[in-house]
Amino acid sequence: MTISEYIELLFNDYTLRTISIGTAVLGALCGMLGSFAVLRKQSLLGDAISHAALPGIAIAFLITGTKNSNTLLIGALISGLIGTFWIRGIVKKTHLKSDTALGLILSLFFGFGMLLLTFIQKMPNANQAGLDKYLFGQAATLVENDVWLMCIITGISLLTIALFWKEFKLLLFDADYTKSLGFNTSFLEVLITSLIVISIVIGLQTVGVVLMSAMLLAPAAAARQWTNSLSLMLVLAAIFGGFSGVLGTAISASSNNLSTGPIIVLVAATFVLFSFIFSPGRGLLFRQIRFWKNRKDLELYKTLAFMHTIAETHENISHPHAVKILNNFQGYTKKSLQKLEHLEYVTIKGAMWSLTEKGYQKAKNLYNQQDTVNE
Amino acid sequence: MSNRTAITVDDLTVAYNYKPVLWDIDLVVPEGVLMAIVGPNGAGKSTLIKSILGIIKPIAGSITVFDKPYKKQYDLVAYVPQKGSVDWDFPTTALDVVMMGTYGSLGWIKRPGKKQKKAALEALEKVGMLAFKSRQISQLSGGQQQRIFLARALVQNASIYLMDEPFQGVDATTEKAIINILKELRKSGKTVVVVHHDLQTVPEYFDWVTFLNVKKIATGPVKDIFNDDNLTKTYGINYKVSVQQ
Repeated sequence: MTISEYIELLFNDYTLRTISIGTAVLGALCGMLGSFAVLRKQSLLGDAISHAALPGIAIAFLITGTKNSNTLLIGALISGLIGTFWIRGIVKKTHLKSDTALGLILSLFFGFGMLLLTFIQKMPNANQAGLDKYLFGQAATLVENDVWLMCIITGISLLTIALFWKEFKLLLFDADYTKSLGFNTSFLEVLITSLIVISIVIGLQTVGVVLMSAMLLAPAAAARQWTNSLSLMLVLAAIFGGFSGVLGTAISASSNNLSTGPIIVLVAATFVLFSFIFSPGRGLLFRQIRFWKNRKDLELYKTLAFMHTIAETHENISHPHAVKILNNFQGYTKKSLQKLEHLEYVTIKGAMWSLTEKGYQKAKNLYNQQDTVNE
Repeated sequence: MSNRTAITVDDLTVAYNYKPVLWDIDLVVPEGVLMAIVGPNGAGKSTLIKSILGIIKPIAGSITVFDKPYKKQYDLVAYVPQKGSVDWDFPTTALDVVMMGTYGSLGWIKRPGKKQKKAALEALEKVGMLAFKSRQISQLSGGQQQRIFLARALVQNASIYLMDEPFQGVDATTEKAIINILKELRKSGKTVVVVHHDLQTVPEYFDWVTFLNVKKIATGPVKDIFNDDNLTKTYGINYKVSVQQ
């Protein structure tokens, strides 16, 4: 299937359109809120919450006997919140650190959830199958109502973030200072955490409990590489998340039987990998290139500085000197001499070099100039 | 120095888990002093400041700022936290951090405008950081980060300034620049309380001092109480400093 065929299908096929819009909105929402989680150093909280939601889904099914996704998600929401609450309690009341508390709650709730799922599967009830879609997600089961719910939650989140932008930024950067200015930090924290929990819960059906945290973290981690502005980071994370959703859906739709959730996560991970390597400011590639370039420049300047000290001993700065007196300790190579000539810092005649006025001035102000570059 | 009291601490006790960090502290900070809080590591100096600011809830005791609880006096107090208490890789600029000082007076939801930006730029100039206003904060040196924090507090235009180790890890130039600003603040009638570690500079920088080691050892004018006796009581070793007065 070509791209144009796929796009045509996107406009004609109702199911595919619904799923694409759903995963795009979900990706954008998670990317946006994930930025907050990453900056608060609570990356693992999302993982714990999504795993903690599993027993809630199973219990909701056991009580109501329906597979209606909204009912099950309310169960997920409740047990996710209980999990979050317990994590906070463990950190506050015991000496355990938050990573231990997160790990404990995550495995405890997930284990209990798996137990309930196997129990449900053995029940003599025709209605039982399909709950395991919440493990790895099944985007194909998205219907228009689910997408509407995602849109509403995204709208509420956008509104909340826009309204409390200043306060959120302050809290993320310096919580104690926020308190000292008289802001109610508990309210803000509950607000952020609630939004994150809700967005996780509505994503469970699509991506599943196991991979949900990647939806939060991957777009945010990728976005951080490209910008040093919080607002831009949120926008970029939303774009990366949205694109992961659309692209992931497209890939899974064009090859049979590839489940959508894992592919969306893989696409998001590709964004992260690409950003880690190729982003101009923080990326590994450009950092390495800058490093090499700086080292080369430094060698060049070392030669120039040495030439300067020799030239200074003469009244005429352009007095020619033998190339022989330069050596490798001053960073001299044939190439570096050529480069200096190319930069018009020196002129070379046979085996003699002489400093130009430009080269003299450059060498004289070498360290001052480097200071101003650093400042 | 006027006769009003800026901060009154009454019978303050604070504990994390079981061990008390501050025990039965009574403290009066007169208006217009430049006070150092000195004491060994773990003496509860930062905790005292955080308790005054309502960041930490005490087990017992009361704190008032100009005779009212802190909750009603937010706009009168500015706070300079320890530099290491935040993540300097946060995606924001120096100017943006200084602008945060205006958030308190703005209150909920309202965004900073031209007036707030002007105030922030003025504060940046005062600490000699105007040229760095658009700099990403992770690319500032330790001393520059400290100046940014100071500028953020200056923007609050408060009556009382509480600072947690503003001289920690800064070079001599920055230390001079900071102390000059503190002295200027005192001259204009502000009260400044500073957690301080370098005992040698106490007589030179400050006019008031509090010795703290879980309990309050002494508080008063530097020229009256900054002596070997109190230092020994606070630090537990026979401490000798040459006090020039």
